Amino acid sequence: MNTESMTINIRIAQFLRGLVCVFLCILSLFPFYVMLVNATRSSVDIQQSFSLMFSNHIGDNYKNLIKQCNETVPLWRYMANSLIIAVFSTSLGVYFSTLTAYGVSIYKFKGVKFVWAFILAIMMIPAQVSSIGFFRFVYQTNMGNSYIPLIIPAIAAPATIFFMKQYMQSALPKEIIDAARIDGSGEFRTFNEIAVPLMKPAIATQCIFCFIGSWNNLYTPSMILTSQAKYTLPMFVQIMRGERFRTDFGIIYVGLVITIAPIFIVYCILSKYIIAGVALGGVKE
Amino acid sequence: MNKKHKTVEYDRYGYLFIAPFFIVFGIFQLWPFIYTIGLAFCESYTDTMFNVEVGPYFNGLANFKTVIFSDAGKLFDTYTFDALWNTFVMWFAGFVPQILLALLLAAWFTDTRVKLRGQGAYKMLVFMPNIITAATISVLFYKLFDFPAGPVNQLLTGAGMDSVRFFSNTFSCRGLIAFINFWMWYGNTMIILTAGILGINPSLFEAARVDGASSKHIFFNITLPLLKPIMLFTLVNSAIGGMQMYDIPKLLTASGYGDPDFTTRTITMYIRDLAFTGSKQLGKSSAVSLVLFVVTLIMSLILFYIMRDKDEIAEQKAIKARKKLERSKN
Repeated sequence: MNTESMTINIRIAQFLRGLVCVFLCILSLFPFYVMLVNATRSSVDIQQSFSLMFSNHIGDNYKNLIKQCNETVPLWRYMANSLIIAVFSTSLGVYFSTLTAYGVSIYKFKGVKFVWAFILAIMMIPAQVSSIGFFRFVYQTNMGNSYIPLIIPAIAAPATIFFMKQYMQSALPKEIIDAARIDGSGEFRTFNEIAVPLMKPAIATQCIFCFIGSWNNLYTPSMILTSQAKYTLPMFVQIMRGERFRTDFGIIYVGLVITIAPIFIVYCILSKYIIAGVALGGVKE
Repeated sequence: MNKKHKTVEYDRYGYLFIAPFFIVFGIFQLWPFIYTIGLAFCESYTDTMFNVEVGPYFNGLANFKTVIFSDAGKLFDTYTFDALWNTFVMWFAGFVPQILLALLLAAWFTDTRVKLRGQGAYKMLVFMPNIITAATISVLFYKLFDFPAGPVNQLLTGAGMDSVRFFSNTFSCRGLIAFINFWMWYGNTMIILTAGILGINPSLFEAARVDGASSKHIFFNITLPLLKPIMLFTLVNSAIGGMQMYDIPKLLTASGYGDPDFTTRTITMYIRDLAFTGSKQLGKSSAVSLVLFVVTLIMSLILFYIMRDKDEIAEQKAIKARKKLERSKN
């Protein structure tokens, strides 16, 4: 009798909790759903009524958006620009962060403890505090309106180094490195051909996070880039808010869909790894 | 002897491995930071009438004075501290529901008695807003809450209510920004807390259950205390992230300058507004940056204090005590 009522209680709890979770999932999806629906409706319809039913104007909206964009800079340019910056900054950032993490965890050089403490100390300081100096410096050295100040600084990424070092402690036994040395492998060759392959899971995780971080960044590109042909996708989103698109709602919704689509697809494929990566980053013991 | 010589040789390679990091850090982070500090003590702006850059000339603490004191000499009664306050309010209003809901979900997802099905899907969907471009999300919300014909207002009028000007009211504006922050981040916090609970030794839960503790008791007396370090870590991390809030308030309000009446202007927005609009006051803007730096520094120090290895400290203390004891014996 008692156990029976308990199982019923558990069933009820299960149901209620499931209900809350489903509600939260809807809350996560609803704005994007409305966005998708409105992307398929004509601007007039959007302004007249609310609807959850898809319509058939997506082709028109898309064509209008492309036409609007082509007057200045075609839409694909923004995407290509974002991609270029993200790919280069991610590969440089992750490679050199792995290199740095390897340097401080494998070698026992003088001052290594200080170096590590230093990297930890600067990890929390936001780039925004030095943005004025950064801006002045970039323009004085003629790097303004170029991708160099958006790509090269990625090499110094303390958070990535921190993650890599944590991972290295468990995934990179020193015996392997010693063995490689005995076999006559040079230090950089050991790193590239033995350490990097062993670090693949961590490298993949960090690549995802660095890529997303760079792709979503608005703060630095909008400070450095001045010619519209070089703008990134988040900067295009900023343009869409402006006067030129104010009345044409259908175009804006299609534009938003297009800016979300790449990262959404990536997330659908990699969500498992992304979530695992977040969990790994949070547990620091 | 020979062997020792060799290891020393290897260890020198360490400098080569860390060199790229320090070179790039020095050029793109340290130097700009020093530059910012320097500018904070200088008069540097653009004369809008003749469009000429003035300065930078050294002018001591003048920038800090205008940043910290109002014209009437009142402490903290400045745009800088208004912006800090705005940032704090919007962060805090989002963070409280964020951590509470994340905690509740984490407790549910790790409950062994009431097993929840479909966790993978829930986690995936709830986390999703976190990785979507913040700029896009804020423009989307800007459109959804548009006046008079945004979808939300259409729903309101459809239900027989008046449409609301969400973006000309401080409360709803700040509330929306806080909500977006909450909505984007509670999934992230939930995943971290779930991992934290799963990291607790299961035998502790088993022992409590054998002793007849209820789920509630276990949660409040075992899970929560053991989760404290991770929760504090989340708190400080979120606070430091919150201080950098820029994309959402920048793109959510009508003008992008913190409407209404600068009540949603965050500290990073203010830094940018000072430096890149109007008379481009680089000097004052740098001084505001340093205020942000000090605030972040205090938060980081709190984090370090929390995250320091307590076992290691205890061990070192024990070693010291032992040495003292030995010395006193001698």
